[in-house]
Amino acid sequence: MTADGSLVWMYGVTRGDFEAVADGVAGVGGVGGSPPRTITAAGLTAIVGDVGDREYGEAALRRNLEDLDWLARTARAHHAVLEAVAGRGSVVPMRLTTLFASDAGVTGTLQERADDFRRALSLISARSEWGVKAYAVKPSDPVADPGHQVAGPEGPAAGPGAAYLQRRRAQLTASKDARSEALASARTVYAELSRFAVTSRLYPPQASDLAGQQTPMVLNAAYLVADERADEFAAATAGLTARHRFVELTLTGPWPAYSFVGEGDGPGQR
Amino acid sequence: MTVPGYDPVVQGERIALVDLLDRVLAGGVVIVGDITLSIAEVDLVRVSLRALVTSISGLMEAMDDSQEYG
Repeated sequence: MTADGSLVWMYGVTRGDFEAVADGVAGVGGVGGSPPRTITAAGLTAIVGDVGDREYGEAALRRNLEDLDWLARTARAHHAVLEAVAGRGSVVPMRLTTLFASDAGVTGTLQERADDFRRALSLISARSEWGVKAYAVKPSDPVADPGHQVAGPEGPAAGPGAAYLQRRRAQLTASKDARSEALASARTVYAELSRFAVTSRLYPPQASDLAGQQTPMVLNAAYLVADERADEFAAATAGLTARHRFVELTLTGPWPAYSFVGEGDGPGQR
Repeated sequence: MTVPGYDPVVQGERIALVDLLDRVLAGGVVIVGDITLSIAEVDLVRVSLRALVTSISGLMEAMDDSQEYG
């Protein structure tokens, strides 16, 4: 590899009549610091950027994708462009590292996959993705928790040794109960919120360390919600948090509709 | 424009990397471009990332339980 040849990074696709795209991405630093531009074909507009093959070529990519800092930087840059566009209208995001040798490859893709892109655009039109995660709440001290009284109604336990064992047993039961309660709550929350959504998708729960939480995640869901129902959805999430004491819910979004445009997530395959 | 959580710039800074990686590596339209790694290779990145984070936290149980939902 001698010169740093240029590759075309593809962010996403919008409708061709979507003229605000250029305004939307103006001033947004794209992947590799290269300003995003557009390519129009088949009545669709692709948002792309130019990147060098020394960093984004096949061999380099394979190496860089394993570098968490590089991955984080690239993912954030990809997202920043999509989010800027999503602020102006619907955009179908591409998976990270969709690269072409030249504009012709992008044009060809727009033409070949035009129907798929149009279907995806109509699914996500006037809708946004919201993320809902549920964390199992650590069980409180069973003695302090009126729901898990150690001493039964018949009175306190006999000796201090027995009391200890009883307390220990109650703690273990409480923690096991809390866990199954959390899972049951997560299941209820997932179903309840689905009523406000067009469709939904489940991700594997994230490990606690990465998610920055002490407690295990029991639900990691994405919902596609009509923009006019976004407030209702948020209120429902807050209501569910109040009703389920074994889980803590977090709401993120609105996201570009990453989770609802891929294979198997499109229309007719919910 | 400056409503917290809705401003793209503000939100871009605040969103958790894990939430973003879930989406950009497992979501989006998959197209075999001219230079793309195969889908299997990007999937491998996801698998190795997960292996990395779970070996730190040891919370595989939570992930196993989750399969009941999937």
